[in-house]
Amino acid sequence: MVKKISKIPFNGTPEQEARLKEVINESKHDKSLLMHVMQQAQLIYGYLPFEVQVMIAEGMDIPLEKVYGVSTFYAQFALSPSGKYSISVCLGTACYVKGSKDVLAKICEKLGIEPGECTPDGKFSIEACRCIGACGLAPVMMVNDDVYGRLDPSQVDGILDKYMA
Amino acid sequence: MYRAHVLVCGGTGCTSSNSLEIIKALEDSIAEAGLAEEIKVIKTGCFGLCAIGPIMIVYPEGCFYCGVKVEDVPEIVEEHLLKGRPVKRLIYKEDSSLNMAKSLNETDFYKKQHRIALRNCGVIDPENINEYIAMDGYQALAKCLTEMTPADVIKVVKDSGLRGRGGGGFPTGLKWEFTAKNQADQKYVVCNADEGDPGAFMDRSVLEGDPHAIIEAMTICGYATGATEGYIYVRAEYPIAVKRLEIAIGQAKELGLLGKNIFDSGFDFDLHIRLGAGAFVCGEETALMTSIEGNRGEPRPRPPYPAVKGLFGKPTTENNVETFANIPQILLHGAEQFASMGTERSKGTKVFALGGKIKNTGLVEIPMGTTLREVIEDIGGGIPGGKKFKAAQTGGPSGGCIPASLIDTPIDYDNLTAIGCMMGSGGLIVMDEDNCMVDIAKFFLDFTVDESCGKCSPCRIGTKRMMELLEKITSGNGTLEDIDKLEELAYYIKQNSLCGLGQTAPNPVLATLKFFRDEYIAHVVDKKCPAGVCKALLNYVIDPAKCKGCTKCARACPVGAISGTVKNPHTIDPSVCIKCGACMENCNFNAISKK
Repeated sequence: MVKKISKIPFNGTPEQEARLKEVINESKHDKSLLMHVMQQAQLIYGYLPFEVQVMIAEGMDIPLEKVYGVSTFYAQFALSPSGKYSISVCLGTACYVKGSKDVLAKICEKLGIEPGECTPDGKFSIEACRCIGACGLAPVMMVNDDVYGRLDPSQVDGILDKYMA
Repeated sequence: MYRAHVLVCGGTGCTSSNSLEIIKALEDSIAEAGLAEEIKVIKTGCFGLCAIGPIMIVYPEGCFYCGVKVEDVPEIVEEHLLKGRPVKRLIYKEDSSLNMAKSLNETDFYKKQHRIALRNCGVIDPENINEYIAMDGYQALAKCLTEMTPADVIKVVKDSGLRGRGGGGFPTGLKWEFTAKNQADQKYVVCNADEGDPGAFMDRSVLEGDPHAIIEAMTICGYATGATEGYIYVRAEYPIAVKRLEIAIGQAKELGLLGKNIFDSGFDFDLHIRLGAGAFVCGEETALMTSIEGNRGEPRPRPPYPAVKGLFGKPTTENNVETFANIPQILLHGAEQFASMGTERSKGTKVFALGGKIKNTGLVEIPMGTTLREVIEDIGGGIPGGKKFKAAQTGGPSGGCIPASLIDTPIDYDNLTAIGCMMGSGGLIVMDEDNCMVDIAKFFLDFTVDESCGKCSPCRIGTKRMMELLEKITSGNGTLEDIDKLEELAYYIKQNSLCGLGQTAPNPVLATLKFFRDEYIAHVVDKKCPAGVCKALLNYVIDPAKCKGCTKCARACPVGAISGTVKNPHTIDPSVCIKCGACMENCNFNAISKK
């Protein structure tokens, strides 16, 4: 899996750093908790920029190369920030056979970006996800925490318009 | 005492259609009507029939409501709960033309099922340990710790014939025995809840609906194998399951059912939850353990097997969620009862996540040996829209497909393997005549290319080369030699990959080649996609008899490929057309089709 690395400058706050330090201090006795720390860091910052990975590596006393290796291995870790509205279209099997590929294509066309990218104004990002487990509602997409099920491409305009304003 | 209980599904499917707001509205309206002392609202796990969610059941009548909306709540409270008159229009009817309501267990969807792993899902409140205990929960653990030796426990599990439900089908009792035989200062139990097959959600539903069953089973496994610590590795994408597990572990510890000196037997057992981070390969046991240790989740060669050298280098027993969910029932009711269900070499039941082109999408648990026809036609309610059944896909990206000609195959481990398919973890996706099998094979291969960890080259490079061949075929540039090359490469990857992911990655291609070779040939020889899916091979055409010349399609076409004058039939120039489908979407007269 190739990950898109952000070119946006890092702008973490001291509060975020303090929260991260707290997580690291609770976990540094057990190096197997690295993924847990990275998951918490992603909750704090929204993604895992290089600067945050350095803090984790130093705090946990784990080589940076290993932290980077873990961050690029797992799909959940994002190296670039997502938009204000993060759209994920499920491309799991149940959704795929019911045409979720067309829904995704329609969204990409409307926003002019590809999966894994963010609109230049930082408002929308799109990703194709594997399965959110709502297979009974296939095809499914999520905008942040809102779930939209039983979709067809013609509904995309109406859904996105809600967030455009 | 409450005079009525209202059960509302709080599984992921129904919460996605607002069941949590429905629960809130129910509690508010009930309190408003002054019934708070009389009626209790319970948030349960998944009922299984996700297609018609959100689901609500009112007891003692057993009145089964479906597709409930927040706006319906006041009417339900006013009419049903206050005046005792069920709201007829919301009651589940199997056939909307018949005005006949049935109770849950009489419906076709539930009638043929036999629920062991799912027995408490949709029945109890998963966040309340007392409801689990009331359903004989933790009794199996008590029996093991106070009346049985570890060897007795292993014997019962072995005699039951239970095999791993995660896909491999290895006998569970044997796995436990291997770990038990190895002496070590520390041993572990691991529960694999990294349900990676896209389109499968059995494990999630068990964790959401009955988390204590897993805790109890893991503790029993710890006692039997001599382990005192366990890890549950669960997908981070399942937040509800994680939360309920955390609550359940907390409650079990509080009651002394987990922790030190359980049931005064001197046996200690502790559990930890670890979250996955979205890597399919972590469903492979050695990769999963590497991931728990905080590393990139890459698999390693076996032997040594985890029973000898597993998590943190110690003997480890790893089982899947559904496997564990069967354990307390087996110990409570005996090996014979469990072994009386199923076929000769596949005992008990299997949970499937029914999805795709089927009416009753959802979760079903059937005795082994049930035929695919019964699952699709009787339980699943058939294919919507009068379409023809083409194939069922099982085992996800590692599995194969069962074509319509084999619909009467009894489902068990050996029958599925014999036809080149596999049981897999339980995803069962139904496909109809509109699905292109070459495209489905490409879909799964795209998944494995993406998820290959890169450690061994047959999988990393081989799947990529297969993908390129499939792309060539679906774009209309393939030749018959490409099909042969694809097959040859598939066998090579199967034989030479390091772990289960690579060894099974070519299965979707091999299975579709076996049963649907004519579709591949149509793609390369006739340059046609019979199902009308592969875009490059399609042509959009306007039927001049149906076209009214309204010009709507010409205006919708982004590349100006449609020409014609007002009130005269239009035509599409295939050399300009980019096959986006905008014309077809916009036509009000159904005059445009894909050929």
